[in-house]
Amino acid sequence: MKFRIYRYDPESGAAPRMQDYDIDFDPRGKKVLDALIAIKDTLDESLSFRRSCREGVCGSDGVNVNGTNVLACITALEGLKEPITIRPLPRLGVIRDLIVDMAQFYQHYRAVKPYLINLDPEPENERLQTPEDRAELDGLWECILCGCCTTSCPSFWWNPDKFLGPAALLQGYRFIADTRDQATNERLDYLEDPYRLFRCHGIMNCVEVCPKGLNPTEAVGKIKSLLVKRAL
Amino acid sequence: MIPKRTFDAVIIGGGGAGLRAALQLSQANLKVALLSKVFPTRSHTVSAQGGITAALANVSEDNWHWHMYDTVKGSDYLGDQDAIEFMCRNALPAVYELEHMGLPFSRLDNGKIYQRPFGGQSKNYGGEQAIRTCAAADRTGHALLHTLYQRNIAARTQFFDEFFALDLVRDEEGYVLGVVALEIETGEPCLFESRATLLATGGACRIFRHSTNAHINTGDGLGMVLRAGLPLEDMEFWQFHPTGIPEVGSLISEGVRGEGGYLVNKDGEKFMKRYAPNALDLASRDVVARSIAQEIRAGRGCGEHGDYVHLKIEHLGAEKIKARLPGIRELSMQFAGADPITDPIPVTPTAHYMMGGIPSNMHGQVVAPVRTGPEEAVPGLYAVGECACVSVHGANRLGGNSLLDLVVFGRAAGQHMIEYLRENPFPRTLPEEQVDKALARLARWEKSKGSETVAGLRVEMQKIMQDHCGVYRTEALLKEGLELLDKVEARLPDAALSDQSKMFNTARLEALELENLTGHRPGYPGFRPGPHGKPRRPYPGRPSQAGRRPVAAPYPVFQGKRHPGLQAGAAEAADGGDLPAEGEDLLMMNPDRIVSIRVPPFVKPPSGDEGGQGGFFHAPVWQLLSNPPQPPFTKGGRTVRVQS
Repeated sequence: MKFRIYRYDPESGAAPRMQDYDIDFDPRGKKVLDALIAIKDTLDESLSFRRSCREGVCGSDGVNVNGTNVLACITALEGLKEPITIRPLPRLGVIRDLIVDMAQFYQHYRAVKPYLINLDPEPENERLQTPEDRAELDGLWECILCGCCTTSCPSFWWNPDKFLGPAALLQGYRFIADTRDQATNERLDYLEDPYRLFRCHGIMNCVEVCPKGLNPTEAVGKIKSLLVKRAL
Repeated sequence: MIPKRTFDAVIIGGGGAGLRAALQLSQANLKVALLSKVFPTRSHTVSAQGGITAALANVSEDNWHWHMYDTVKGSDYLGDQDAIEFMCRNALPAVYELEHMGLPFSRLDNGKIYQRPFGGQSKNYGGEQAIRTCAAADRTGHALLHTLYQRNIAARTQFFDEFFALDLVRDEEGYVLGVVALEIETGEPCLFESRATLLATGGACRIFRHSTNAHINTGDGLGMVLRAGLPLEDMEFWQFHPTGIPEVGSLISEGVRGEGGYLVNKDGEKFMKRYAPNALDLASRDVVARSIAQEIRAGRGCGEHGDYVHLKIEHLGAEKIKARLPGIRELSMQFAGADPITDPIPVTPTAHYMMGGIPSNMHGQVVAPVRTGPEEAVPGLYAVGECACVSVHGANRLGGNSLLDLVVFGRAAGQHMIEYLRENPFPRTLPEEQVDKALARLARWEKSKGSETVAGLRVEMQKIMQDHCGVYRTEALLKEGLELLDKVEARLPDAALSDQSKMFNTARLEALELENLTGHRPGYPGFRPGPHGKPRRPYPGRPSQAGRRPVAAPYPVFQGKRHPGLQAGAAEAADGGDLPAEGEDLLMMNPDRIVSIRVPPFVKPPSGDEGGQGGFFHAPVWQLLSNPPQPPFTKGGRTVRVQS
């Protein structure tokens, strides 16, 4: 199989380049990550990428394959056009090869206060929540913070420092939507900003690429309608 | 001298256990650093699916004594019953606390936390199936890990993401004073000085070729502990999860069977009724794994090579599958090409969990025969989670008890560290030569020359472990495996890196991980006499020459704590002796002790089947199990209080 992989060695001082690999590899049932590991193990030890769970739940190996942001570990090799071109996630700084600097991404995540705020005394047992209220959280809490959505968003490409991006906004809404959370107003105050939230123009690249099938655009829409309701 | 950072406490590992302990310390306003070789939410806790067990009695009548009984029984009576009591009793507040933290548990119609049945759970000490495992769909580990990480953000824990711990720093008197770590991005080492250090480095199932574990589960804490001259415990107990996807290894949760899924062989027969007529598909994991293995050995496996069986859940209906088991459906479609709404999922027993590990007590303190007593706390060193052996899981962990282990003992360890730090307010002098020793690990790979590759050796080792230490083990097979492992280990000094750069050198990390996996320890005391030159406690089954390891366990094994009976012949075997000959000393090298998968007493191997051949039947345990002790029961002289 033929691969074209983005290479950047921060120590050499050389400019990034695309390197071709040709590896004898049976793609049946295998994923892009399997091929990357095979290349690293047999052809080129210096090829660097992150990986952990290899089953699409940890979010380590977000990369851009043939122009689309994906998780390497759950993207089937079969059906991909050769040479399979693998690049790091767009718009983030590249540390080395396919490894990007996620600091900005995590900073936006922390900015939405991604934790439950409830100042009532804790009950002896669990706080009650109806299955319907709990269902509001489905499609929100499953986010694995892989960064595929945020780095596919043109608004984020333009304003990576100011626009929070789909992943952080999805997490922001996850706590707004939680009936146990009491800080909805503060959360909305923070998001009511020309950049943080309103740079989302409904391009929906995030929905297109999310490996978990989540819909950040819908969450953003819900935040916006809450802001409208609040203003009326 | 390398750069130094000073903290009250350092935690190594950003999974559930490390995060829970960090939270406890941060909330006490201590200065705590959490080192993790990956961003914390990439830790393997995220892969846990089915749930966390606690006797909340939300669905059916329950109480924590029953949970305790099941856990003791499930452990093959090899768990520490005091610790099991502690865990099961604290399960309720622990789960409520997680809910208060914001964990998005699935809910029942009355608004309480949803619970599902899991294997090995019974009402009333061995009665009918209990419903005890609290779940957030089938992504409970993800929910738990993210919730704990989020709470740590709120508590302002100081994270050092992508720092790889190299070695502990331990002084002459045995105090652990911190850790030398490698900042992965820059490739520069850094010393973290602290008065208390917690290891939460997770399991090591990557030692097997097929495993449900993440690539990062390489037993780094185990390697560090060995190189610090401390022993490990129960390293022969590896759990094989009955239902992993063949080849890939991805886990198919026990929750699938809890929700009503069942196993069939190639003839479409629900074979579990032959092996466990009462518990059926919800027998404990060892039983189900062994039953599947037996079906496959008897030629009743499915597929071209007959090397797996089918797990069926079509009858649950699309709606329930999508609501309760969405993650499983995703995994099955991605890795097995089967949509469980219409097709059965292919499954086979897969290495899943390490019951053994760093010997610790229920406060998370690492215990070892350091001076005179058999179980003295190593000052300043703690271990929790899968890397620790408390041991609440004994020889077989029950499903849902691992997430519980993380939060209960993570909290307990944090709490004890707070007390320890209060009692030990002053830093001790740091022995610089220890730091140099840790740095030698890096130097070994710099400018290394040789003909072997790290990946090549790793794959060989994994294959040997897979073929020789799998579900079926015989003494001959294990001995052969040990010899092969020795040969691979002997070639490790010849391994070299072609990539000798510094910044984010993942090849170098993999080399360091391989060292941790093999327990290779050049220039370290290993399990030799301790820093004072006093002979250490003997480790049963330990061979004499450095570099050789006990059968099935590539580590020196410490069996002091939970197995008083096993210590009987230990003194004689102190430093001499190779592997005892067959039958020479059953206490020392009882083949049963190296079999983690066993058949429970009510299971008769089908007649005419060679099924019994590979498995060893442990006579005393056999008898004990067919007549389970009624509470209050005792083990090793300890009486367990059972209150009603």
